[in-house]
Amino acid sequence: MSVVSVTPAAADLIRSLRGRHGPLMFHQSGGCCDGSAPMCYPAGEFRTGSSDVLLASLVVDGVPEPVEFWMSTAQWELWKHTRLTVDVVPGRGSGFSLEAPDGLRFLIRSHLAA
Amino acid sequence: MTGYDAPTHWQSRYDHFIGGEYVKPHGGGYFENPTPVTGQTFTEVARGTAPDVERALDAAHGAADAWGRTSVAERALILNRIADRMQENLESLAIAETWENGKPIRETLAADIPLAIDHFRYFAGAIRAQEGSLGELDDDTVAYHFHEPLGVVGQIIPWNFPILMATWKLAPALAAGNAVVLKPAEQTPASIHYWLSLVADLLPPGVLNIVNGFGVEAGKPLASSARVAKVAFTGETTTGRLIMQYASENIKPVTLELGGKSPNIFFDDVSASRDDFFDKALEGFTMFALNQGEVCTCPSRALIQQGHYSDFLAAAVARTEAIVAGHPLDTDTMIGAQASNDQLEKILSYLDIGRQEGARVLTGGSRADLGGELSGGYYVEPTIFEGDNSMRVFQEEIFGPVVSVTSFADLDDAVKTANDTLYGLGAGVWTRDMNTAYRAGRAIQAGRVWTNCYHAYPAHAAFGGYKQSGIGRENHKMMLEHYQQTKNLLVSYSTQKLGFF
Repeated sequence: MSVVSVTPAAADLIRSLRGRHGPLMFHQSGGCCDGSAPMCYPAGEFRTGSSDVLLASLVVDGVPEPVEFWMSTAQWELWKHTRLTVDVVPGRGSGFSLEAPDGLRFLIRSHLAA
Repeated sequence: MTGYDAPTHWQSRYDHFIGGEYVKPHGGGYFENPTPVTGQTFTEVARGTAPDVERALDAAHGAADAWGRTSVAERALILNRIADRMQENLESLAIAETWENGKPIRETLAADIPLAIDHFRYFAGAIRAQEGSLGELDDDTVAYHFHEPLGVVGQIIPWNFPILMATWKLAPALAAGNAVVLKPAEQTPASIHYWLSLVADLLPPGVLNIVNGFGVEAGKPLASSARVAKVAFTGETTTGRLIMQYASENIKPVTLELGGKSPNIFFDDVSASRDDFFDKALEGFTMFALNQGEVCTCPSRALIQQGHYSDFLAAAVARTEAIVAGHPLDTDTMIGAQASNDQLEKILSYLDIGRQEGARVLTGGSRADLGGELSGGYYVEPTIFEGDNSMRVFQEEIFGPVVSVTSFADLDDAVKTANDTLYGLGAGVWTRDMNTAYRAGRAIQAGRVWTNCYHAYPAHAAFGGYKQSGIGRENHKMMLEHYQQTKNLLVSYSTQKLGFF
């Protein structure tokens, strides 16, 4: 199983956002409020650096390019025994994630690595 | 008990507040605002976009110079008058915040709103007492240091304490003479407008502007604007980093409060007697359920020393099981609703991974259905996990009524576990031995260590983070300087040339 996978509902939303905003990326958040939620941005909006790790380049049907999924290296050290699934639920979101105005919020579901 | 009725003081729609009046959103859109108490929409709110932010910035820039030149006595008087209005309307403000956020009315009546009132009064006093400095460099040369306002600042407010968190940012910014463009959280945008309906006439037009909307549509144009002199944000780490990136493009300062995973440490001697202090410590443990755990400093890791581990934990489980869940407007209710559906879903996802990792559920562990109209609301049982500090439920801020418990051997072990986290916002230390309390408090890498207390937020006690928990200290007069520029006048009183030319 890959480190990050995507549910069909999340894939639908990614396709929809791709159509409106162009190429996309994720950065997994931590901390307060909407922390621990994946943030979806136009690709390149969030500048990753040496403190980040690229966990996956998600291949989503109907999306021409891979969608990179990033996390801070320090946070991944604490998460690396788990595998992540990007899902979507009704919600208000927060932060600057692209899907919030749709009344939807990406959500991470986690599983122990085999 | 007292059961308050659902508030009726809402308008059916809230626009943006810009330049002293309500204006419709440029894009014409509105979004629904549901109460987490029942899940039902109670008002709709303007969906702000970049042109609305620009209009608010125009208004703020138009007002900033005159506001910055008002005397500190005048600004302090206005802040005190705001506090007076809030005091006169404490009950309705508490009901408004409870209805919008879902938290129990006993908390908004006794904590959120009284603290916000006192916060305005504190900064009214602090700005009166603030002094610049002068340095006498030599007989004829003096360095004067003046505090000047930054000008126009942007503030992005979280949803867990809609009025109190806005107050933490507004009071020092206004006291220091800045004009403000504020974006409330999209989950809780209405409470601040009810507050505004009580105080708007006290502030000159343009000094305070409120643009509603989503982060990506309204927050980003505000945070990335070259027309704000500073951005203040409370939220999570990715958005915090993004705001720093935007600020770096304009070389602007930021203050950030980004949460934590606060340890609450109970040494053996807590259980030396079954007295008032023991009872207080048990309440301190149970503080993880305050505000449904939606607090950046939620004591979501409990570290209990091995000598009294089993007995203390058993008593703590019993205390947790005595938490009364119910309608948030009932004064007997101790735990209300989570603020939003996505917050509920996130908490449930952590209850799932906690179990998968082998953490034992000692109590709770599920969504709560309180029946009747509350069935549509977002309720979670207070939950105690027992496990190991390496588990994700020990390392991530769940922002729900969930505490993860583990044991420790001695002081060094407690400090090692306490500091084994990416964050450093709050911590608690409980002991009858003052030397232990002092050593533990100084060794824990967190901005605040509550010692034999927890979740107190008085004005005049600095609040802010170490490590990835953020930058800056709110709640204290030192926050004034985060909203001020330093002007140095270097003055020569000599009539003699230097002799270089």
